[in-house]
Amino acid sequence: MSRVRVLVGTRKGAFVLSSDGKRETWDVSGPHFAGWEIYHVKGSPADPNRLYASQTSGWFGQVIQRSDDGGATWNPVGNTFAYDGIPGTHQWYDGTPHPWEFARVWHLEPSPADPDTVFAGVEDAALFKTTDGGASWNELSGLRRHGSGPHWQPGAGGMCLHTILLDPKDPERMFVAISAAGAFRSDDAGATWKPINKGLRSAQLPDEDAEVGHCVHNLAMHPSRPSTLFMQKHWDVMRSDDAGENWREISGNLPTDFGFPIDVHAHEPETVYVVPIKSDSEHFPLDGKLQVYRSRTGGDEWEALTKGLPQQNCYVNVLRDAMAVDTLDACGIYFGTTGGQVYASNDAGDSWNAIVRDLPPVLSVEVQTLP
Amino acid sequence: MIRVVLPAHLRTLARVEGEQRFEIAGTASLGALIDAIEARYPMLRGTIRDQATGKRRAFVRFFACERDLSHQPHDAPLPDAVATGAEPLLVVGAMAGG
Repeated sequence: MSRVRVLVGTRKGAFVLSSDGKRETWDVSGPHFAGWEIYHVKGSPADPNRLYASQTSGWFGQVIQRSDDGGATWNPVGNTFAYDGIPGTHQWYDGTPHPWEFARVWHLEPSPADPDTVFAGVEDAALFKTTDGGASWNELSGLRRHGSGPHWQPGAGGMCLHTILLDPKDPERMFVAISAAGAFRSDDAGATWKPINKGLRSAQLPDEDAEVGHCVHNLAMHPSRPSTLFMQKHWDVMRSDDAGENWREISGNLPTDFGFPIDVHAHEPETVYVVPIKSDSEHFPLDGKLQVYRSRTGGDEWEALTKGLPQQNCYVNVLRDAMAVDTLDACGIYFGTTGGQVYASNDAGDSWNAIVRDLPPVLSVEVQTLP
Repeated sequence: MIRVVLPAHLRTLARVEGEQRFEIAGTASLGALIDAIEARYPMLRGTIRDQATGKRRAFVRFFACERDLSHQPHDAPLPDAVATGAEPLLVVGAMAGG
């Protein structure tokens, strides 16, 4: 019988939540790396026992941990993230040039084909790659150097490259998103890049449809349709059907289109999930009711999913990397909150249960579906 | 012989307990000592000083002999009491909340 392993990164350590295919009872292990911020933990699709974790601390900087046995044991690997050449500057909050400085790894995206190959999205925004299991990391500097890099500005959370999507049908194609620069695409395995933000409108920018500067919060893709992308922007939920060349808004009847995560059902490419948040200054659900919204029409028409979720006095947030789906039938949906709850649905979002309720604030959630 | 007390999180990362002892050839400076720490425990590279700039991480402090040595140049000699092992050098995570 299949199993699932939910990998949870929190402000004070990592937790691994395991269940069988019914996803009704859970074993909780952790905290791993207690006391450290775990921005992201993700498993290799090519070898589910190979896990990578971004372990970071305001005191002691960045560590990358690797497990070769499904999280039972871990070993630190390389943590040198040196920008290629003279890093140059980007825009600071006050509009002055600011040198590129490495702060932390936000997201680790293992290759679908090779457990030793991983992409890392970092703050200050850049993309790194290892091909030796994390021992060494090299920047794919074509992203920062494509032209607009000196004009990028940090969002409130820092200037982070937080989203990496690898096209499962075309190993040359990949997408990234940066706050607050926007979305970018490479068609040559990361050597060169172009902004893909046409159709985005951000009232926070002096030129609201500028080529770069948009605060893209998260991107999602269904593996069967890698040219269709879904985006949760600072405000607005967006969709592209041409690999990001053009975007259109699909917020439709959402009660608010601000939010952070977005994800796609494992077996239904037109079924999309978001967690509406009241506003950019009020990072909590509307009216104290935690609601996941699901569209079965690829956007525009959304339904609230509330069964099992708190519907009063709930003022948590769900961060951009804190939602994931498994590939079982029915599809499981998981998300973690800044209040330390990890909610799971084993029926595609129709009903929810809290696997755990009292973890540190959750930064990231990933799921592995295991044989 | 120099005695070093690492903070708990770095002892965990390096998988050691208690005080660590290092022999330094030549001048016993903070920089030479961190070189020795990082050579023996490569997983600590970047946790005490930034790998790109070589600067002490902002919330790491070096205390010894009831003095704060955090701001002294990394090539300056350590106090004799530290260099001879009479007193340990304390690597401390600063009080910074969180």
